[in-house]
Amino acid sequence: MVLLMQYTLIFASVLILVALGGCFSEHSGVINLGLEGVMIMGALGGALAMRYMPASASAFSMIVVVLLSAAVLGTIYSSLLAVACINFKADQTIVGTALNMLGTAGATVIVKAINTASNPDDVSSIIQYAGAKKAFSVNIGSFEFSWFMLVTLLLLIAAYVVLYKTRFGLRLMACGEHPQAADSVGINVYKMRWAGVLISGMLGGLGGIVFITAGVSEWRFEYGVAGFGFLALAVMIFGQWKPTRIALAALLFGLFRALSNVYAGFEFLKAMNIPSPVYNMMPYVISLVVLAFTSKKSRAPKAEGIPYDKGQR
Amino acid sequence: MKKNILKNSGVQSLLASLACVVLGMFIGYIVLLFINPDGAGEAIATVMKNFLTYSRADTQAKYLGNTLVKTAPLLMCALAILFAYKVGLFNIGAAGQYCAGAALSLYAALAWGWSWLPCMLLAMAGGALLGTVSGLLKSYCNVNEVISGIMLNWIVLYLTNMLLTNVKEVASPYTVVLADTNPRALLPSLGLGALFNDNKYVGLALPLSVVIAVLVWVVLEKTRFGYELRATGNNKNAAKYCGMAEKRNIILTLAISGALAALGASMFYLTGYEQWQCTASSVPGMGFSGIAAAFLGGLHPIGTILASFFIQHITAGGAYVDKTMYCAQISDLIAAVIIYLCGFVLFMKYAMNRAIDRREERAIHKAKERSAAQADASDEKGGDR
Repeated sequence: MVLLMQYTLIFASVLILVALGGCFSEHSGVINLGLEGVMIMGALGGALAMRYMPASASAFSMIVVVLLSAAVLGTIYSSLLAVACINFKADQTIVGTALNMLGTAGATVIVKAINTASNPDDVSSIIQYAGAKKAFSVNIGSFEFSWFMLVTLLLLIAAYVVLYKTRFGLRLMACGEHPQAADSVGINVYKMRWAGVLISGMLGGLGGIVFITAGVSEWRFEYGVAGFGFLALAVMIFGQWKPTRIALAALLFGLFRALSNVYAGFEFLKAMNIPSPVYNMMPYVISLVVLAFTSKKSRAPKAEGIPYDKGQR
Repeated sequence: MKKNILKNSGVQSLLASLACVVLGMFIGYIVLLFINPDGAGEAIATVMKNFLTYSRADTQAKYLGNTLVKTAPLLMCALAILFAYKVGLFNIGAAGQYCAGAALSLYAALAWGWSWLPCMLLAMAGGALLGTVSGLLKSYCNVNEVISGIMLNWIVLYLTNMLLTNVKEVASPYTVVLADTNPRALLPSLGLGALFNDNKYVGLALPLSVVIAVLVWVVLEKTRFGYELRATGNNKNAAKYCGMAEKRNIILTLAISGALAALGASMFYLTGYEQWQCTASSVPGMGFSGIAAAFLGGLHPIGTILASFFIQHITAGGAYVDKTMYCAQISDLIAAVIIYLCGFVLFMKYAMNRAIDRREERAIHKAKERSAAQADASDEKGGDR
């Protein structure tokens, strides 16, 4: 039971971070379908930091460096989306999809190059970080508390405050609802959208590193992040683009994802003898069903997905 | 005045696609340079050469055949993406529909001993069903087809693994060999294999996929049905206002698109070229490469044929790079960069049109000035006299 709770919280953290990323981007008016790729890049940044940090580094500095490098790489990577979609008015769906593919392929190429350079026989795309990973968690009884959960909580609160209580957040949302109106009162729509996308890159990158350190101590980068970027978008839609609701939705999805990891620990679930792929499918099935029931009355930011053209009426 | 050839939209698409390819290859080269500057030039040449790396002509023919065997399913996936995109839908679920096609055609062939045609039809039905699910969710529940497509991809992947585990070899995670179990399910060769140094995998799939590409073009451009679909894609509400069944059109489009992708899978797996690995951890990349092929082909069925071959050509070429320095995924990287650049095509066309307009305007302006000057001269106005 404790294990289930632990996994639920850590997967929910991933979903909250990435969904908040999507939330910032969409509120500014850009659909970030490339979150999956951003997550992979963030994961790569964090994993490389773990690999190259000296083993003697203190737990605190390890956490800070890993989180920073994940966030920075995610932010840089998302600027590819920003430049194409905001300045060149490219189709946001195509560019997002390209970023997802580029994320997996690019991370694989980079990791394989690093592995092969250090050992010519090693052609795998795996980074191991069993030692470094210990810095991220402390045991409270049998519950393994991860500092990432705390970071997520803080960022969740920060996201709420920024979106609803600051001038920046309200202006950002205006750009996603009616950019022409926002522009007419002197808000620079392009700048605001850049800010939205870069924030989503930062949060997506953080989500990526939390995802690959949840439960495993090595990651094969050919696998990408198993559709978690898209699950996060489903969470965001289910959460109606509002941080607090996103958090609740993420807990629900996290629970189903966690079940596939720990279902063997429950006697009654084991007794039902359901094959494990069914549990693996669960989060995706649930999200489809949930979307089918909630999307009808969902209210997305009005101008999302439409490139802003200053000369247009 | 002579019409500028650059103003032709087809020519512009071609130029833009070529620019994407050249830039994509160049970025791939830069990445190789970063990894290891010694062999980068050779590696990028290997990627582009693919089967030409072999020196003997008959070996070349054989490996050209192998590339073509994989081009047919890629073309089908690209057509699936293209068909939906023309109707304003982005069918990223093509990868899952392809996966479903593989599952159904292989299972019917291996477990039930069906011959190839019913296997193919079953695969198409499965793909169409998946497309219909996405379409229903889109038109009645307002679920973005990209998100539902991705979710379905994962669901189908796990289902496929579960289903095909029933027909796998005892000692390996692969499905049993098709040619040994049920040779009736192998696609007929039509004598095409002989052209490629007796490559037994080349056959019906290749001509069939090209015929379907032409068919897709005819349906989209030359029939009332295609017109209605495109109208729905351009403006759903206007189409509805004109009395078109816009919901039905969306569902039908995704169903057809799904059937195309699944047909592609049966074209590939029924050649016996590859067995399905029942521990696969992600859907086959074919559906995603199809996105690259569709956009690189300028979203035109005929252009897509060439683009599919090109994408498959460099993907296969990636397998030949020197593994002590680089990895085969460099081709995936190049393909991804090409899709990213395809996002800029609209801007490239806009820039081209603007440049042409400016030059024409200047020419007109100059011509006017000259005629005005001549008129002035003939009137004996102005001048120093």
